[in-house]
Amino acid sequence: MHFKARAKAALADAGLQRGLSKVDGFAARRAVAMRELEDPEGLRTAAAAIRDRALEDMDVWIETFEREATRRGATVLYAETGEEVASLVVEICRRHGLKKAIKSKSMLSEEARLNAMLAAAGVQPVETDLGEYICQLADEPPSHIIAPVIHKTKADIGELFERKHGRPRLTEAAEMTREAREMLRAHFLSADLGISGGNFLIAETGSVALVTNEGNGRMVTTLPRVHVAITGIEKVVPTLEDFSTLMRLLPRSATGQSISNYVTMATGPRGALDQDGPEHMYFILVDNGRTNLVGGDMQEMLRCIRCGACMNHCPVYQSVGGHAYGWVYPGPMGAVLTPAFVGVENALDLPQASTFCGACASVCPVRIPLPDLLRKLRERQVERGLRPWYETFGLRVWGWTARHPRLYALATALGVRALRMLRNGDGMIGSIPFASGWTKSRFMPAPASGRTFRALYAARARR
Amino acid sequence: MRVGLFVTCLVDMMRPSIGMAALELLEGAGCEVVVPATQTCCGQPAYNSGDRVTARSLAEKVLEEFEGCDYVVAPSGSCAGMIRAHYPDLFGDSPGLAARIARLGAKTYELTDFLANVVKIERVPGKFEGKVTYHDSCSGLREMGVKAQPRALLALVPGLALEEMRDSETCCGFGGTFAVKMEDISARMVEDKCRNIGASGARAVVLGDLGCMLNIEGRLRKRGDTRTQVLHVAEVLAGKDGRRSD
Repeated sequence: MHFKARAKAALADAGLQRGLSKVDGFAARRAVAMRELEDPEGLRTAAAAIRDRALEDMDVWIETFEREATRRGATVLYAETGEEVASLVVEICRRHGLKKAIKSKSMLSEEARLNAMLAAAGVQPVETDLGEYICQLADEPPSHIIAPVIHKTKADIGELFERKHGRPRLTEAAEMTREAREMLRAHFLSADLGISGGNFLIAETGSVALVTNEGNGRMVTTLPRVHVAITGIEKVVPTLEDFSTLMRLLPRSATGQSISNYVTMATGPRGALDQDGPEHMYFILVDNGRTNLVGGDMQEMLRCIRCGACMNHCPVYQSVGGHAYGWVYPGPMGAVLTPAFVGVENALDLPQASTFCGACASVCPVRIPLPDLLRKLRERQVERGLRPWYETFGLRVWGWTARHPRLYALATALGVRALRMLRNGDGMIGSIPFASGWTKSRFMPAPASGRTFRALYAARARR
Repeated sequence: MRVGLFVTCLVDMMRPSIGMAALELLEGAGCEVVVPATQTCCGQPAYNSGDRVTARSLAEKVLEEFEGCDYVVAPSGSCAGMIRAHYPDLFGDSPGLAARIARLGAKTYELTDFLANVVKIERVPGKFEGKVTYHDSCSGLREMGVKAQPRALLALVPGLALEEMRDSETCCGFGGTFAVKMEDISARMVEDKCRNIGASGARAVVLGDLGCMLNIEGRLRKRGDTRTQVLHVAEVLAGKDGRRSD
């Protein structure tokens, strides 16, 4: 099923639509949080420059990161694909005899389909971010990168908990949260592996930074014997200074918070003087299509810090939700990342899933020109002959006519007359050949005058 | 001051009164207005559909037609945005043309931006009795910075009161071919827009781009609203009713 078909189903899903109506709350809170900053636009420019600098010499910063992380006792591994991520984690589990993994939020583990792979290898994965926990219980992928269950109503979740937890039905969010906490507590205490994502890798200290609100990230990175942090290679930034600049924007852009409840810096395994922390720490730095973007016309996408502001401000996302986008990342971010990572031929609809309204680009904290990137993907589709012939052909014919003004004047004069013959008494056209997509849900206003502007202007000039 | 009026292909065909209104407003402001007879389209439909070759050939045509003017003005934020914000992207590999394109872009204005900020008009011929609401078209707003200008000009119209709608900056769902390719999502977006227009209690929605205009008017009428007028800002300022132009 393609985006269009999934979108149609999503538009008809009343529960999903109720959930999505809350998305603009994120946008409102972001606007308030950004106003706290002295120079928000200047900060966005600075953040983009930091990300560009990191990407420009990504190999150097990754090497620095590896050296510093290794010096502090961590092991840095590399995975080229999602499958390699899963096999590295399984290998770590075998080496240390690990049986249960608690996980904090990681979109990369979704890219790698890690939970299924772990389960198949006899390791029980337990999502501990509340939203991700609900997704896992429901066996559904997240539909928003920071609000994974925005597609579910409170009643859906009450019903799900009753069924999965075997306890009485709850109706209040606070009660449900408390019940999930109780359920998760036992897992936190019994797990021997903690798997986290990483919001940033800091090259100069070899640390992974985690930005969370629930505190589960802290438990995942400190309680179990082994911690594995899985991040994309592009998440590296050179310095703590860079990180602190980006942190002024990330929580504000994501949830409208000045700062998230928790900001964790995990650096190496437990040291001799530490009271807690893992005995072993691993980093898995993942490519999974990212290096293909380096040096190309999509490189700006690698700046992305996964805040989700683009989807929170996207009227298309707000209409159809995240699952319609079909892969890990939804919204404008996903409409670029999915074709860029899995191939433009495997996501034909996504570059078209935008009106180019530009709301996403106007809020992106690292100034990714998302509509421009989507347009480049459309260009790629045209170059590779992936658009329907009638569309390509129609544009060429129209373009050729527009370059021949006399012919164009004649064609438009005839077009105006033809369209006016189709109009009703109110000047509206109810159906136009080859444009049923337009007329299904709206009329086409007929040309208001029987003559084109050019004809009226010529007549005026003659007077 | 020689001002080239870029009428735009949709105004030419669908609502010529807007072109006439723009012409009168510019002449009223003391501009010498030239309307190159060979003009057709800026090439945006091709550009946004991924056909750079067609887009570039039309951009070169616009360049030749308008580069002799002191200013280029279009009654559309979208077409003006194409010339100023996007043409440069089409000429990255030809420095000579790129410099000319950059100069063209720098003197290209959306109509209300030009009237408010360049010629700074203080009076308009239009009159309007009642409340209107303003829809911010995406390209005008985000590519050309058109937000305060139309509102400032509408404030000059005797009898007119502006009532802001909810989410006036949210896209109406037109998006060129998007409206046909992604018809269900587009329908939902324009429905939301129409509901917000209705809730504003305005007699008319005023806007600055033809795409939004056709989309919003088509949806309003389809849902049975024959009362709310859909007017281009140039028509209101010039005192022209778009449905009685000849």
